Amino acid sequence: MAVAAPAAPASLSAHSPVPHRAAERRYVVAVIGNPNTGKTTLFNALTGLTQHTGNYPGVTVESAIGEFTVEGTHFLAVDLPGTYSLAPRAPDEMIAVKVLLGLGEGVHAPDAILCVLDATNLDRNLYLLTQVLDIGRPVVVALTMTDLAHKQGIVIDFSELEKRLGVPVVPVQANRRIGLLAVRQALGRAVRDTHRPTSLIHFPAVFDSEIDSLLQSLPHTNGHPALPRFLLERLLIDAGGAIEAELAQQLGSGIRTQTEAARTRLAAAGAPVPQVEVDSRYHWITQVTEATIHQPLTISQTWTDRIDKVVTHKVWGLTVFLVAMAITFQSIFSWAAPVMDGIDALFKAIGTRVGDLLAEGPLRSLVVDGLIGGVGAVVVFVPQIAILFGLIALLEDSGYMARAAFLMDRVMASFGLSGRSFIPLLSSFACAVPGIMSTRSIDNRRDRITTILIAPLMSCSARLPVYVLLISAFIPVQTVWGIVGLQGLTLFAMYLIGLVIAPPIAFVLKRTALRGEPVPFLLELPPFKVPAWRVVLFRMYDRSWAFLRRAGTIILATTVLVWALSYYPNQNRVAQEFYARRATASSAEEIVHLNIEEAGARLRESFLGQAGRTIEPFVRPLGWDWKIGMATLASFPAREVIIAALGTIYNLGSDQDEGSIELREAMQAERWPDGRPVYTPLVALSIMVFFALCCQCGATLATIKRETGSWGYAAFTFTYMTSLAYLAALVVYQLGSRLV
Amino acid sequence: MAARIDNEIENHYHLIPMDRTLADLSPNETGRIRAILGGDGLSQRLAEMGFTLGQLVRVVRFAPLGDPMQIRIRGFNVALRRNEARRIVLDLL
Repeated sequence: MAVAAPAAPASLSAHSPVPHRAAERRYVVAVIGNPNTGKTTLFNALTGLTQHTGNYPGVTVESAIGEFTVEGTHFLAVDLPGTYSLAPRAPDEMIAVKVLLGLGEGVHAPDAILCVLDATNLDRNLYLLTQVLDIGRPVVVALTMTDLAHKQGIVIDFSELEKRLGVPVVPVQANRRIGLLAVRQALGRAVRDTHRPTSLIHFPAVFDSEIDSLLQSLPHTNGHPALPRFLLERLLIDAGGAIEAELAQQLGSGIRTQTEAARTRLAAAGAPVPQVEVDSRYHWITQVTEATIHQPLTISQTWTDRIDKVVTHKVWGLTVFLVAMAITFQSIFSWAAPVMDGIDALFKAIGTRVGDLLAEGPLRSLVVDGLIGGVGAVVVFVPQIAILFGLIALLEDSGYMARAAFLMDRVMASFGLSGRSFIPLLSSFACAVPGIMSTRSIDNRRDRITTILIAPLMSCSARLPVYVLLISAFIPVQTVWGIVGLQGLTLFAMYLIGLVIAPPIAFVLKRTALRGEPVPFLLELPPFKVPAWRVVLFRMYDRSWAFLRRAGTIILATTVLVWALSYYPNQNRVAQEFYARRATASSAEEIVHLNIEEAGARLRESFLGQAGRTIEPFVRPLGWDWKIGMATLASFPAREVIIAALGTIYNLGSDQDEGSIELREAMQAERWPDGRPVYTPLVALSIMVFFALCCQCGATLATIKRETGSWGYAAFTFTYMTSLAYLAALVVYQLGSRLV
Repeated sequence: MAARIDNEIENHYHLIPMDRTLADLSPNETGRIRAILGGDGLSQRLAEMGFTLGQLVRVVRFAPLGDPMQIRIRGFNVALRRNEARRIVLDLL
């Protein structure tokens, strides 16, 4: 196998490395390895506090990026997703291949590749290394878990291994910071070395000649074939893979028939793909490991085996799982609450202080209600995000997360997902924002998107105040079937709705918009280990910051927009009326009351109020009047806003909460023109069902956009959930009013 | 349901019913891989992870709800579903 061929103008063509920039040359090193090799821990140890989430130059997918310097050589390190092989089966797996080959507009091949190998699993890890060596870039091998290998009685002849691989091999223990300097120095030497590693694997001659004729048949630029040899080898081996799909799109489907014919000839010649690759590589690997590794014949029971016996046990395993999930859920649901209340109070206090400094008018309202309120609405999510990601990092880094997926896979498989979707969906019961962010651990993109799209159906903590207000005001206190309270039953039903509706939606999505090759569930259960606190802390910080920076701006913009809609048009008539009434007021108390009344009058006359009246014909079939419609419109950026909105509309002021007796009484007293009460238990139910299913959360939509990279998925979520909510509320009210 | 899938797999791959697959083993039973059926992404994934012909595989346990199963190969643990394990044909030891 030869080295990647040089440049050509097609979009899948290779670029030469980043050109030298005078004195300050920064070398790019890509870090690659199997999952669970301690790659992230090594990456953290190498780059320290310089680490952040960013993009590999020219690539839109996010990865961890950091810097380090060794003996005057400056490195930019990029952490590529963990993988067992460089055979991309999905577009997202193509990214790593494109980065390593330097394919695509503005993407330059890395100056060096750091390949992380797990010493306890060397044969499987060497498979990836042999593929990486085929690329022909400078490679350094970091050998992790050497202490664990030693404990298991595995003896490795490092110098023989280095000789056989032809690239530097550095044993490291990243958590104890052993071997870090040696890795850096080896990289420093590797980027200066003009000698390039050569491919170690020899494929049968028939295979090589098929690649040669493929190369010949493709267009050439300046005498060079337009595509690197590595890419064509992958094209030939990976039937139905991502490279085949992309090349067929670029060069026409002729390439597909051509490779199909080549595969048939190879099979006839006794070298069928993909078997020929696997056999060639593992044949070489067996020779190397036999010469360099001495493994004990019988492997004694490890700590991992003992722990596994408990955590995957029919009774104890499920108990441990339930306790772990209860702690996770409780921590985001309740433990974050005091901090969130604190943030809320802080921003209210800042708003009051700043408000006192500004004159009454649009500017004060924009600053206090729009900007400060908006920033508060963003920051309030940080405690939940930080806590959830701290816990998830603990579960992942210890090795427990894979066991949780193992336990729950059967349940999730029944609607087309896998065990990996469980934690994101559970977290969404507290808040969909961190839930959606945690879907990154789902390796299959279609599964991940499906999980993201159904996550907002889980009844989050912001829906609870809406349920509490309406249930306590309109659902009678009585018991059904002797023991169950009707109020509690209603609350339970509200939590159940999303849970019941999500599976069929996932099922339909997996068979329509997100259908494709079935996703195999192939999950490594790594050895248990003590989690690295650096990894945990970094994850908490990084996820919170990413949310603030990216989703935050969108949330703030929505808040300001809704503020404008509820403040304008400028209402001189209302202002003058209340100005006159305040002048005749006899007490300070009366003035306060007039101010509240004025806010209500302004809101009813605003664009939002006008919109509420416009949509009245649409919400009447749900049993709602225009005021409910308007309060619902106002709560589209954040559903819990409905309580403050109702407070303002009913002239009680906006500082109402779900426990407010005043608000409850005002709602109970509300009448249609003919004297019938507006709110009946059925209307309350119709509102609650609407809120249970509707996507009234700007933060969720902003997070979906950020995580999927497309507004399309956010728009889809909004549309399907809002339609679903409307239909469900319609059915509840129409059916209910015929039954009652 | 399970019987239907069994039939489909047998018809599709012309499996002799007497052939044993990884899904047929009980916990702590070991077999040697004779064949991996099908030419799609799953077979390739399995092979890349070290499910090569002649390799020993042992069933460690089944998940509490009956699926997936934990198996050990080349010294590491991996979980896969019965449906996937059914495509790994074994020679029993």
